[in-house]
Amino acid sequence: MAEAMKIRAILQGDTADVRILIAHPMETGQRRDATGKLVPAHFIQSVVVTQNGKTVLDGQWSQAISRNPFLGLRVKGARNGDKIVVTWADNTGGKRTDEAVVSPG
Amino acid sequence: MQFNKQSNIHPVRRTVLKFTGAMGALATVSVAGLMRAGEALAAPWNKGGFESKALEEALKSLGAANMIESKDIVITAPDIAENGAVVPIAVTSRIPNTQSISILAEKNPFPLAASFDITSGDAYVSTRLKMGQTSNVRAVVKVDGKYFTAVKEVKVTVGGCG
Repeated sequence: MAEAMKIRAILQGDTADVRILIAHPMETGQRRDATGKLVPAHFIQSVVVTQNGKTVLDGQWSQAISRNPFLGLRVKGARNGDKIVVTWADNTGGKRTDEAVVSPG
Repeated sequence: MQFNKQSNIHPVRRTVLKFTGAMGALATVSVAGLMRAGEALAAPWNKGGFESKALEEALKSLGAANMIESKDIVITAPDIAENGAVVPIAVTSRIPNTQSISILAEKNPFPLAASFDITSGDAYVSTRLKMGQTSNVRAVVKVDGKYFTAVKEVKVTVGGCG
């Protein structure tokens, strides 16, 4: 089971500043381990962020996103208490969903 | 004997086939139902684009033809990245009705790094990329079926691919 994401959603005026930190190896499939064997590709392909159930960001990633990925976005018209839900899915069928609540800055 | 055997087996097989057929259909429906509840929001992964090694092909996969250079797209990235494994990149589009932002590291083995469909009302996205070598980072912004673009060079001291 993948580790929980760290999600912060801080209200600044009418916009929520959302910062997401995901624990994931993001293996490119081009790296070799100590024995010279290729490490199979293992990376997040899809990240979806919703605000109270409405999609605000639908992202697709390649293996070029750094290990333990960071994602920042801004949600206009956000209010205190809005529910932000983040779901990621990787190329091996792994996935995880976590949520946070918009809170005052 | 043989005649009897056959006439017995066939109806049974037919029933079995029908039964599994129905179960299959049911299973498909319930899986589709679950998907809809959980994650039907995600668009299918742009396999062709993410797996193309040539910049032109990657751009084509985005549908980005006749791109217009725009000063309203701001790429925030370091001029010099000491560690190519972690290069912070942020893209802001000040073009109204921005629908999506894609980020490409032009000299990476697979140039297309990420695409974001943005419906949050604020066309901004920030992430961290791996970069194999010094390269232009290109942002492609889709607005009402038109494509705008901007580039920023990032010098990479130690590559982060492999």
